Amino acid sequence: MSLTIALAGNPNSGKTTLFNKLTGANQRVGNWPGVTIDKKTGKVRGHDIEVVDLPGIYSLSPYSPEELVSRNYLLKETPDAIINIVDATNLERNLFLTLQILDLGIPTVVALNMMDQVEKLGDRVDVGKLSKELGCPVVPISAIKNQGIQDLIERIEKAGGSGEVPEPVLFDGDMEGLIAEARDALGSKVPADRSRFYAVKLVENDHQICTEFASEKESIAASVSEVERKRDDEIDSIVADSRYNRISDIVGDCVKRAPRDERGTLSDRIDRVVTSRIWGIPIFLGVLAVVFLGIIGFAWGDFEVVGIGTWCTDWLNGFIEDPIQSTVADWCADNGVSDAMTGLLVDGIIGGVGAVIGFLPQMLILFLALCILEDIGYMSRIAFVMDRVFRHFGLSGKSLIPVLVGTGCGVPGIMASRTIESERDRRITAMTTTFIPCGAKLPVIAMLTSAVFGGNGLVAVGCYVMGIICILISGIILKKFRSLSGAATPFIMELPPYHIPSASNIVKGTLDRGWAFVKKAGTIILLACILIWFLSNFTWGLEFNGGETGNSILASIGEVLMYVFMPLGWGDNWELTVGSITGLIAKENIVGTFGTLFGVEAGENGEGLEAVLGSMLSTASGWSFLAFNLICAPCFAAIGAMHRELGSWKDTGIAVAYQCILAYCVGLVLYGILGCVGGWNTVVIDGVTVDNGVPIGSTIAAIVVIAAFVYILWAKDPFRQLAGRDEYDAEDEVKA
Amino acid sequence: MKTLRDADVGSTVTVVRLHGEGALKRHIMDMGITKGCQIYVRKVAPLGDPVEITVRGYELSLRKSDAESIEIA
Repeated sequence: MSLTIALAGNPNSGKTTLFNKLTGANQRVGNWPGVTIDKKTGKVRGHDIEVVDLPGIYSLSPYSPEELVSRNYLLKETPDAIINIVDATNLERNLFLTLQILDLGIPTVVALNMMDQVEKLGDRVDVGKLSKELGCPVVPISAIKNQGIQDLIERIEKAGGSGEVPEPVLFDGDMEGLIAEARDALGSKVPADRSRFYAVKLVENDHQICTEFASEKESIAASVSEVERKRDDEIDSIVADSRYNRISDIVGDCVKRAPRDERGTLSDRIDRVVTSRIWGIPIFLGVLAVVFLGIIGFAWGDFEVVGIGTWCTDWLNGFIEDPIQSTVADWCADNGVSDAMTGLLVDGIIGGVGAVIGFLPQMLILFLALCILEDIGYMSRIAFVMDRVFRHFGLSGKSLIPVLVGTGCGVPGIMASRTIESERDRRITAMTTTFIPCGAKLPVIAMLTSAVFGGNGLVAVGCYVMGIICILISGIILKKFRSLSGAATPFIMELPPYHIPSASNIVKGTLDRGWAFVKKAGTIILLACILIWFLSNFTWGLEFNGGETGNSILASIGEVLMYVFMPLGWGDNWELTVGSITGLIAKENIVGTFGTLFGVEAGENGEGLEAVLGSMLSTASGWSFLAFNLICAPCFAAIGAMHRELGSWKDTGIAVAYQCILAYCVGLVLYGILGCVGGWNTVVIDGVTVDNGVPIGSTIAAIVVIAAFVYILWAKDPFRQLAGRDEYDAEDEVKA
Repeated sequence: MKTLRDADVGSTVTVVRLHGEGALKRHIMDMGITKGCQIYVRKVAPLGDPVEITVRGYELSLRKSDAESIEIA
């Protein structure tokens, strides 16, 4: 018999680890209907059991999209059984969800996870007693150590097959009276098995169920206010109190705690330093410095550190150039392949895709570092330490997590914004995360750094700072639009104990993200490289131009568009415009495109490329080129991710337009202002230094732009959007 | 009225009542902060906000502005 099993539990209860252990590689990732939350399903190896992984939740109340998705699934699609994974080291809070799940009247097995940790602490959990009190089977497991999984599968198979419904955990007399009354009122309007769940939610003022059953709510109102008066509290508090009181009793009966070390657990002691008033911020900056400088490398005068990522990437680039490119070129020459075909193969495909793939080691190492930080539990500490800064700009510390993940790749970064409860913060974060340079922008920064800025390692640092500044000021600007305005929302976040990362989780997380990147290189980027090569090697008359790009189709498109970018100091170099356009397909394409257009090897250290770029861009216009390309619309993959989060193409379009306008403004300001500094607007053409002087028009425009931004940032309602809007209220948030 | 906002770091307090309503109140209750429960104020973040507390044996952080809706004794 085939069974469908739902896996439900708190965040940080080891749900992902258990899901991976249960299903192995047989996983499919989709979306829940209507919302942007991953729906993961998989088959248990050797059994006819389909597992549906519900999002991590603390409760079955209807306040976050995760809770709504889980509850609608459990109520409407009714799985054959539920595995409720519970963190045994944090029983009280975890059982709060368990008691609500047991009310559903669906066969349930509680998987008591992290039992190895409980034993290590010296605590004892009486599993038999707990099972009796909860009225359902309880299986002790350790997902991370792969203990108890087989037992769990057998129990869930039995529970699902027999259809045996758990005994609900009863509240005290008053409450049970109310629940019985609500069940009578609901009668046959709800399925008989589910009636306790509906009744409890009706009593505790669950706004969704109270709207659906308004007259039934009315009919029990008198009894509810009677209880409220007797206990001198509101009914929602009374229900939550009763539930937690029952849980305290159960935990008291079933758990024997060993005396704790006075100094606290190791995790406590680590945390005391890591988030302390004095060391919190220095440690955060130190971690960032080690991760990024360790990967990218750093140079300051004679002092130079080669990053691991850069070192691997340089090696791979060299390998692609020789033997791969050279071998293919030789083979083509020996076998009489036409010039056009050789060009397509060697320069177009291998050169273009190679420039991107060469960058893979760097990205993998960055992903690895981020996965480790996530897995040991440091990410939530970062949100804790930095919240105050972000709150000042109307965002929360949680907005920093997508930004950090976004330094690897914007797509998972945008997706990480889902952990933010506030709809408004989530949307703003999804729109601004890509301002931080992602892994794919690093080759662009590296190319410009060596070609225009004399290899100064601070340029990369400057790019991250620029990204952060853009995110923060966008936090203020975007909230002045009607759809994104409102008061600050709560910031309540669990700080899970630190734990030693699981190697399999980290390797899986890193490879998943890396593989997504390779797939992109193999599909979109390959097509883009072929297209760019074609457009740059053929004239409008479709004749092969033999590498003379000056008369190509692409050149004529760029020659029109380049006028848009002249105020940014890009001059009459259509290649720069074309590079920026191909950056939309994937940012690392900018390097690949220049490689193809200038007919030189596209590696980050290609010397021919440096000379050509150095003759086109000065320090000032180099910054404007970098700023525009780092901040403007991200690659198509990231725009797609943004669309999934924002929910409509109209909002996505507005977001992309905002990004491009901001990018253009930043580029203009940087060129206009930096161009005024003596010697910062000079280019080197064939070894001769040419000074372009102060770009007066751009400088004036830059001052106007700065004035406009100052006005927008400080004016209360610059877009005439907020007048007459009522103050924020919580219900509004829920409806949105 | 004394709220969690006023509690000193290192002190243990008891929740008397939850104020506020809607999503904020629900969320606070779901995380285990209910009438009568004990809260240990562990520390304040380096920049003065949010605070970190121990409730029901685990660590939770919340902003001072949210802590204001929790009345304590």
